[in-house]
Amino acid sequence: MTAKFQGIDFYSMDGLLSEEERAVRDTVRSWVDDHLMPVIGECYIEGRFPKQLIPQMAELGLFGANLPEEYGCAGLNNVAYGLIMQELERGDSGVRSFASVQGGLVMYPIYAFGSDEQKKQWLPQLASGKLIGCFGLTEPDFGSNPGGMITVAKETKTGWVLNGAKMWITNGSTAGLAIVWAKTGSLDDQSSIRGFIVPTDSRGFTAKDQKGKLSLRASDTSELVLQDVQVGKDALLPKSGGLKSPLMCLTQARYGIAWGAIGAAMACFDEAVSYAKNRVMFGKPIGGFQIQQARLAEMLTEITKAQLLCLQLGRLKDAGTMTPQQVSLAKRNNVDMACECAREARRLLGANGILAEYQSMRHLANLESVYTYEGTHDVHTLVLGQEITGLSAFN
Amino acid sequence: MKIAVCIKRVADSETRAKVAADGKSLDEAGVKFILNPYDEFAVEEALKRKEAAGTGEVVVIAVGAASSQETIRTALAMGADRGVLLQADAGTADPLAVARVLAAELKDGGYDLILFGKMAIDDYHQAIGPMTAQLLDLPCVTAITTLTIAGTTGTAEREIEGGVEVVTFPLPAVLTADKGLNEPRYPALKGIMAAKKKPLEVKPVQLAATGGAGLEVLAMSLPPDRKEGRIVGEGAAAVAELVRLLREEAKVL
Repeated sequence: MTAKFQGIDFYSMDGLLSEEERAVRDTVRSWVDDHLMPVIGECYIEGRFPKQLIPQMAELGLFGANLPEEYGCAGLNNVAYGLIMQELERGDSGVRSFASVQGGLVMYPIYAFGSDEQKKQWLPQLASGKLIGCFGLTEPDFGSNPGGMITVAKETKTGWVLNGAKMWITNGSTAGLAIVWAKTGSLDDQSSIRGFIVPTDSRGFTAKDQKGKLSLRASDTSELVLQDVQVGKDALLPKSGGLKSPLMCLTQARYGIAWGAIGAAMACFDEAVSYAKNRVMFGKPIGGFQIQQARLAEMLTEITKAQLLCLQLGRLKDAGTMTPQQVSLAKRNNVDMACECAREARRLLGANGILAEYQSMRHLANLESVYTYEGTHDVHTLVLGQEITGLSAFN
Repeated sequence: MKIAVCIKRVADSETRAKVAADGKSLDEAGVKFILNPYDEFAVEEALKRKEAAGTGEVVVIAVGAASSQETIRTALAMGADRGVLLQADAGTADPLAVARVLAAELKDGGYDLILFGKMAIDDYHQAIGPMTAQLLDLPCVTAITTLTIAGTTGTAEREIEGGVEVVTFPLPAVLTADKGLNEPRYPALKGIMAAKKKPLEVKPVQLAATGGAGLEVLAMSLPPDRKEGRIVGEGAAAVAELVRLLREEAKVL
């Protein structure tokens, strides 16, 4: 295939990483070149997730990489975790989404809100990839406003019974486990939201893939329907409570996404540079014309800024002082700039840019989902606005 | 099984090379350094043998500057048990001097197998493995693509012109690995974290004092720029002109 990806490091940030962080990044980068890049174009066109890669991803330790070793995880710091997401998304946003969900939205809530028994029972299986999980928060009528959810959980003598529907659920159709968020009290009581570990083979639980996607095609996106699904008392995540719990999970995933977006932007930039140097028109490489140079200069600038943003965010997370609003700023900025990079790269590639053989348009299409999920761009704008002014503009 | 693997830190072949100010070495600024790819096959083979035996030790040894510790840690991350750096800042270009310090380190190690990559991708000498074997008075099989061990006898295959050579040898032995011997594993992320805690001994060595073959790099330069290709013509009509150019211009006929 093509040459190995060398990364973009205009401000010599490698020197700000530890040897382990660089080694983690280089391992994932290499794996993506060897195993993901050869299959991703085809998977994207066919609309399937390359699930044959799950065992390799698990063996490398990509699931829940920042969770402790006692659960079979790699015990990495958050900068290393971010670099993993960056390198996976340099390959494809859908594949990075798989890892984000498995680690940040399934393993993390069990780790943060689960009992010791739940952690011991589920985390090692999820880390090894033998069990796949999904995160059921979003509903058909409740996306940006998850607090309005209408999925309910009623307590019974033996446990709980859940009713409701979730939508846009990554990994839904292949998951063996779903972390489902439901109201245990009245529908206008957000504080009654609790998390439940629901085996997907429970009676009354169905998951169906959503068809017709033009974005994140190499990812399974499903609807979940829960009709009188009964679970035991041990299904409740005991330390969960209120909307804050799922939002804490989202903060984890959003952190990874801010890094992931850099990966996608780097892939598009790298492709655009290579093309610009080789494609000849009017007697010289198109990279010698001003408009293409402006495109490339803009992309390099945005990528460099985003890299520095994420590195500091990661250091803050490791220091324990990172705030959700800081994550909002990074997710919002980095995904937006990645969308622009993908689009401009696609344009630089000309007609060739519409082919699946090139990466930019696949990234462009994927990034539209990344712009919208995990808190839309606009929602993060309001998060920042509220942080800055103290005034809520949400309703 | 107790296995030693001798490894080298080399510049990634994707590097855009620049000659340093001294005119005879690589400018290291901005260069990515990696574990020599042929050494990866050697490390992987050692790990597989130890895993198959269920017991044993894999020791990786490098000769080089302090920066080689990072390369040793890559091998430790893959699963090697401990590392030794024979630290030398100069004189590493002389294969015999390097082989001598390696042999001194390996001599009393009680190794069943001593593995090398068949060659380093920076100098292509293919010398240190066989030299070390000679100094240790051990059998040596180079560029192996398969290996089987039964008790204290080994059998290896080597690809040669027009066929495959099968060699049997007693253990202990020195072997150098070629591409195809195995599929090297990635350092798992857990392994990268574990590598920090594994023993890595640094022992200074004096290569000049050890003495080598007297090999000295006098100068290093980049190859001349490749000239653009020329289209000579099309189809059968171009053949005569092509032959003329090959004889008169390129002077290869």
